[in-house]
Amino acid sequence: MIHHARRKTVAAIALAAAGALVFTGCSGDSNGDENGPVTLTITANAITGGKNAAEADWVTDWVIPQFEDAMKEEGKDVTVEFEPQGVDDENYKTKIALDLQSGEGADIIGMDGIWVGEFAEAGYIKPLSDVGGDAVDGWEGWDQIPEAVQNAVSFDGDRYGVPQGADGRVLYYNKDLFEQAGLPADWQPESWDEVIEAGKALKKLDGVTPIQLNAGTAMGEATTMQGMLPMLVGTGEQVYEEDKWVGDTDGMRDVLDLYKTIYVDEGLGDAVLQQEASGRDTSFQMFAANQIGILLEGDYFWRSVINPEEGVGTAPMANRDDVVGYTKIPAMEPGSGIDDQDFVSMSGGTGRVLNPNSDHPELAWDLLAFMNSKEAYEARNEGTISITPRTDVNDEILSEDPMLTYVSEEVLPITAYRPPLAAYPQVSTAMQQASLDVVSGTSVDDALATYVDSLKDIVGDDAVSGD
Amino acid sequence: MTASTTTPAGSLTAPRRRRADDVAGLGTARAGIFVAPALTLIGLFLLFPAVWTIWLGMTDYRLTGLQAASPEFVGLDNYVEALTDPSFWNSLWLTLVFVVASGIVGQTLIGFALAWSVRNIHGWVKALIEGLVLAAWVIPASVASFLWLVLMDRRSGTLNGLLGTDGYAWLIEHPMEAIILFNIWVGTAFSMQLFSSALSAVPPSQIESAKMVGASGWQQLRDVIIPNIKGHILTNTLLITLWTFNTFTPYLVTAGGPNGKTEILSVYIYETAIPGGQLGLGAAISLIMLLINLVIALAYIRVSRGRKKG
Repeated sequence: MIHHARRKTVAAIALAAAGALVFTGCSGDSNGDENGPVTLTITANAITGGKNAAEADWVTDWVIPQFEDAMKEEGKDVTVEFEPQGVDDENYKTKIALDLQSGEGADIIGMDGIWVGEFAEAGYIKPLSDVGGDAVDGWEGWDQIPEAVQNAVSFDGDRYGVPQGADGRVLYYNKDLFEQAGLPADWQPESWDEVIEAGKALKKLDGVTPIQLNAGTAMGEATTMQGMLPMLVGTGEQVYEEDKWVGDTDGMRDVLDLYKTIYVDEGLGDAVLQQEASGRDTSFQMFAANQIGILLEGDYFWRSVINPEEGVGTAPMANRDDVVGYTKIPAMEPGSGIDDQDFVSMSGGTGRVLNPNSDHPELAWDLLAFMNSKEAYEARNEGTISITPRTDVNDEILSEDPMLTYVSEEVLPITAYRPPLAAYPQVSTAMQQASLDVVSGTSVDDALATYVDSLKDIVGDDAVSGD
Repeated sequence: MTASTTTPAGSLTAPRRRRADDVAGLGTARAGIFVAPALTLIGLFLLFPAVWTIWLGMTDYRLTGLQAASPEFVGLDNYVEALTDPSFWNSLWLTLVFVVASGIVGQTLIGFALAWSVRNIHGWVKALIEGLVLAAWVIPASVASFLWLVLMDRRSGTLNGLLGTDGYAWLIEHPMEAIILFNIWVGTAFSMQLFSSALSAVPPSQIESAKMVGASGWQQLRDVIIPNIKGHILTNTLLITLWTFNTFTPYLVTAGGPNGKTEILSVYIYETAIPGGQLGLGAAISLIMLLINLVIALAYIRVSRGRKKG
């Protein structure tokens, strides 16, 4: 029996060793030449019946058959495949980073513009014209896409991808709940205090969480973009200004104090929800079920979450157009926002890049240009309208949707963008942790001290502003 | 205990035990050919990744950014960073609590208690109990974790439905307790099976003798059963310890949260290396984890050698 046990020991040690080694890689790829049958692949964090369903449906039902037919007319045998994903953005990012690191991945990859910097620095993606050839710079679409929108997927002055659209963030509120709480249906708060006052009125309603302001690491970038940053620009500060990242400043203190007021002092938000593994999706479900009064979200929420159209929204609200109000995000006090603005917002941008490992990069560019043609965007917006990167398309379609017209006309002129720097995603994680610390009961002083420590680890002592 | 040599009957002097150098008569070269495939596999899939991990752990390699393209050698910086980081020690402490509570105490004791209580039962009752316990072991981890998520869900969970505690977030308020219970539920079947077979190997004559002299159930357990199955207990404890130490399944239930409260070492490494992107630091902590594994295994070998001599 001893012998037996010892054999098991050896096996166990081997098992343990194997268990502790988490890093392996694999590669290996081959494909036909330009004349034979060619397969191109597209990937995005979109899936039919789930996340970003409208985009997934458009790719499978319009882009693929149309492009294959167009190629057939040119005498090329091209098959296009779509690899859908429907997961949290952080998991999707990890997946495509690992794909690209091992020299694999789809030919066309959808990604958040803010990842472009770190992916480019890692050498995972290359400037579009390096990959797609001369056809890239001569593309007609560039004239239609404003510079600011192109910048969302550019890095160091080079275009790395074609932007997919523009977005803006607003405060959504439930008009039914507002009426029950004696608040106006046509609401435009002018300071943080007015939002808090409305929250206190909503708190009297049974089973209602007055305010959902994203916090915590579980929600990932959503916490930064729909929480920390829109509040920070409301104090007149930016996350990155004059070569320094925001540290222990008055603005950061005000933002964390606001979190403390909402989640700890006044109990206007659900602090537990911020820590749940799928808290953001749950917050969507709760808003759709009339259980959340005020929610800060992007126009994505309007288009892809509470959209009542069948198979489009992940938490559809049949009476969305009647019940859901939207209003600009106020600065801390009138005039205290960046550029002395009364109202503020944040914008991001997603786009699609070419995989440098593609076997058919020029054909992949043809497909990417095709996906961003005027016809493609018109087809994309037949079902659900979103703000496209192309001004020629926006001029025609946006008037059909009052919410997107509002974002385009009222929000985009006052919005701010994240710095296109490789360090940003790590800084963002540190900010999420600071908000999590505050909502789970840590004092603002301690949370800020921890934040500044990790910030210094990321960017160095000299690149941090504040005391 | 069973490793003694059998002496041929009738021989007057027992031959001195001597280890044969070449029992099969192959010679070194031919023996080498036979073990070469195995050694190649071990080298490729065990030694090479281990050496690779050691090297990675001494660089600032990251998943993205500049350090992904050209990682730099940083010596022992990663080890210093890990060992001076309170969150590493917190993670190690959580792992210790997790191993002791869910592995050593939970799985071993409950597994033994189950094996002990069903040892004299036969027929369908025994089959049913064993079947139920084994089901938890057989169900794929992803399915099992989903069952537990549904059980403890805050809004529509079964547990809240049964207890009438609607809206209580078990996974947020009691995260460690939740993954400890989860791991006991998943893993008890192994201990139960192992102890079942161990108990059936205890000579019935010894138990009968104990009963004859009036030993109580507890005395039988202490003086007859446990001395007989000591080896099994040791093996079981080692395996359970290593498995529990290395398990990643709790991640599927709590994802290390809330706020790192269930970040056991395997989850901590994953969070650091993959979503956190710090592959170099992750490799360094992996190596620390590997060393802890070796220490556990060596301690076990010491104990079993000591037992053999005694």
